[in-house]
Amino acid sequence: MKTLLFQTLSKRNRLLILGVGLVLILVYLIPIWSISISAPQYPEGLGMQIWINKITGATPYDLKNINLLNHYIGMQEIVSESIPELLFMPYVLAYLIFGAFITELYPKVGMAILGIINLVIVGLVGLSDFWRWEYNYGHNLNPEAPIIVEGMAYQPPLLGCKEMLNITACSYPSYGGMILGLSLVVLVYILWDENRRKKSNVV
Amino acid sequence: MLKKSNLILVTLGITLMAFVPNCKKGAATATLASDAASRVYVAPGEKDEVYAFLSGGFSGQMSVYGIPSARLFKIIPVFSVFPENGYGFDEETKDMLKTTHGYVPWDDSHHVEASMTDGKQDGRWMFLNANNTPRLARIDLKSFETKEILEIPNTAGNHASPFATENTEYLMAATRFSVPVPQASVAIDSFSKGGFKGTVTMVKVDKNTGRLSIELQVLVPGFNYDLSHCGKKKSHDWCFFSSYNSEQAHKMLEVGASKKDKDFILAFNWVRAKECKDQGKAYNFGGEYVNNFHDENKPAVSTKLSGVKMLNPKDCPGMMYYMPTPKSPHGTDVDSTGEYIVGGGKLASVIPVHSFSKMMEVKDKKEHHSTEIEGIPVLKYESTLAGEVQKPCLGPLHTEFDGQGYAYTSCFVSSEVVKWKLGTWEVVQHLPAYYSVGHLSIVGGSSSEPYGKYLIAMNKITKDRYLPVGMELPQSAQLYDISSGKAELLSDFPTVGEPHYSQMIPAKLLMDKTAKLFPLEENKHPYATKNENDAKIVRLGSTVHIYMTAIRSHFKPDIIEARTGETLYFHVTNLEQDYDIPHGFAIGGAPNMTNLLIMPGETRTFKWVAPKPGVYPFYCTDFCSALHQEMQQYIRVSP
Ligand SMILES: [Cu+2]
Repeated sequence: MKTLLFQTLSKRNRLLILGVGLVLILVYLIPIWSISISAPQYPEGLGMQIWINKITGATPYDLKNINLLNHYIGMQEIVSESIPELLFMPYVLAYLIFGAFITELYPKVGMAILGIINLVIVGLVGLSDFWRWEYNYGHNLNPEAPIIVEGMAYQPPLLGCKEMLNITACSYPSYGGMILGLSLVVLVYILWDENRRKKSNVV
Repeated sequence: MLKKSNLILVTLGITLMAFVPNCKKGAATATLASDAASRVYVAPGEKDEVYAFLSGGFSGQMSVYGIPSARLFKIIPVFSVFPENGYGFDEETKDMLKTTHGYVPWDDSHHVEASMTDGKQDGRWMFLNANNTPRLARIDLKSFETKEILEIPNTAGNHASPFATENTEYLMAATRFSVPVPQASVAIDSFSKGGFKGTVTMVKVDKNTGRLSIELQVLVPGFNYDLSHCGKKKSHDWCFFSSYNSEQAHKMLEVGASKKDKDFILAFNWVRAKECKDQGKAYNFGGEYVNNFHDENKPAVSTKLSGVKMLNPKDCPGMMYYMPTPKSPHGTDVDSTGEYIVGGGKLASVIPVHSFSKMMEVKDKKEHHSTEIEGIPVLKYESTLAGEVQKPCLGPLHTEFDGQGYAYTSCFVSSEVVKWKLGTWEVVQHLPAYYSVGHLSIVGGSSSEPYGKYLIAMNKITKDRYLPVGMELPQSAQLYDISSGKAELLSDFPTVGEPHYSQMIPAKLLMDKTAKLFPLEENKHPYATKNENDAKIVRLGSTVHIYMTAIRSHFKPDIIEARTGETLYFHVTNLEQDYDIPHGFAIGGAPNMTNLLIMPGETRTFKWVAPKPGVYPFYCTDFCSALHQEMQQYIRVSP
């Protein structure tokens, strides 16, 4: 095990990690997650996108219109400023990218494992935080809301689609989220590849 | 020469009927395509293929239909006030209906023209004439709203209008009622002595903004100029105007103006006219007129203007020629190639077709002139004639072209559409119309590149076509499929006002370009309130400005205090930024103001003078949300 941790990465795997670092920079420029809403009166659909540092509508007016819909059921207004996670998420991403570049100076398999651990933690914490955020928005309803349906909550799904009254809400990773997922896959592949290399060296 | 009394005309009519093979009585010959229903059926969720813009005749409006379903989509108020959305009432649009005669909230609107680039429809603007109080309007095809109205001075009865040149360089506007120019109280019988005049006006259209301005007027003999169409391709420089009453009768025109065997089509070289103006041959002439412009999200600006450049035909040789045309020509239409100019002699027994090339060849050869009227040479009939469609029908009026070498002429008296071939002048089909058909319209049919496929006939009388609804029956149009060799009737549909003329445009040219909303950040209205927190009430003496916002499902501020006699301006901004979410605004019992329909991101102003003490409700009139009915509040008026 120890030998594997300190095994120097192959040239190809170093390049792959460098690639992961570079591609992760894109996550600053594209949304990570997207929630889309469709209802009979919105045939063209409404969409919301979660970026590393902000929440926007799929069109310039979608977020405003989602909030307008939500106010009838007493949901809080969704504004980027009220979500503290968005303040430190960019630094977490910077840390991941930094890690990938450091690996070029210290190209050991252990660094790849550290990357996997980091990504898994970021993913798990991120998803559970996202779920908590959705839960709060969906359950913390204004008791003076115009429309109150007994026992109804409006928590969107974490992943997949869900019907809420006449609205179908779907939640899926967007390109940024896919990049994060793909990075994890690449790192796991590298680990598998290095492990195989170690075995063949021993033999 | 034919004799002119009504009796003889009727006799002539009956005689001609005998020549017209298919001309049997009305509905008996209704050859409805057997699968017509499926060809006009647009399934739920599907969209129509074509937009049809129909003028409303005496309604002063324009309406938008989908073709082939013939469903009515929208009425666009142009020259008439429209209580439905406050057009002509509110502070933003009331100046649109200002004229030198004051506020004229109605008109008689006949002709719709589509803007063109290189002779093809470009989907930017529609233009509409006002016959009664001479005006011309531009309707924007992004918002489907009237953006500009220009009054035409020194004219009466702006009927031959607004016909566009090939690139919409100019719109033509010509006199229907000749009058003393400048206006004066003169004996009416001086009409026959040349005391009355007509004018042809060149209205310039700004290439980028569409803004209208008067370039030049030409003083023409006092006939009645009825219709116009401009040339295309080789005849690009020319526009053609039909005229009647070249007899210059001033009473009982029915007889007096029907005496001569031929009246004229006036050929007008507008490029030459501009050249003469630039050479200083036009002189300064009076004439007061008004230009009203409604910029997006701003109050309309009405500007008083005075004086035009006037040109006399004798000072500009080569600019105008008269082509004799039988008999009291109504329509004058130029085919898609620009070669043939078809006259619609409403009392004629032939459809005369002039050749543009022949006209060019002979126009300046003395031996082809028969005489001259006030400096305008009169060419000999035979010299410019390309051919005549013999005994086509009774009362031929208007012709449209399908781009396949066929022409379709409406016949008022015999209530039919005749299809005939350009070049051979043979009638190939008679299509019954129900009844007394006026204009025809083919998709792109007056452009140089017709899209063909559909033709609508616009009728004056309905009689047995629909459920009776009192003495005035629905006005009506009919849809034909002209895509195959034989034109087929597809449907009848009732219309708003008199469906006078129409322009039809393929949907794909417009549907993706229409505006969905006004972006709030671009709202430049001086009284806009872009954020609910900025809503406020400002008092200036006895004037109160209420900066109000509307959003699903409330107004802000919602409680208003006022005193009897105070003038309240409700500047309402719709804060929505969603397609199809207007909010309405109306106050109970407001005597001088109707309703406002405020589009997303738009600001409009409702003026209200506080009446006797009491509590007055105001509310949203456009069903906007589940809580629309709660979108209401009160104004308290104290003594
Ligand atoms: Cu409303």
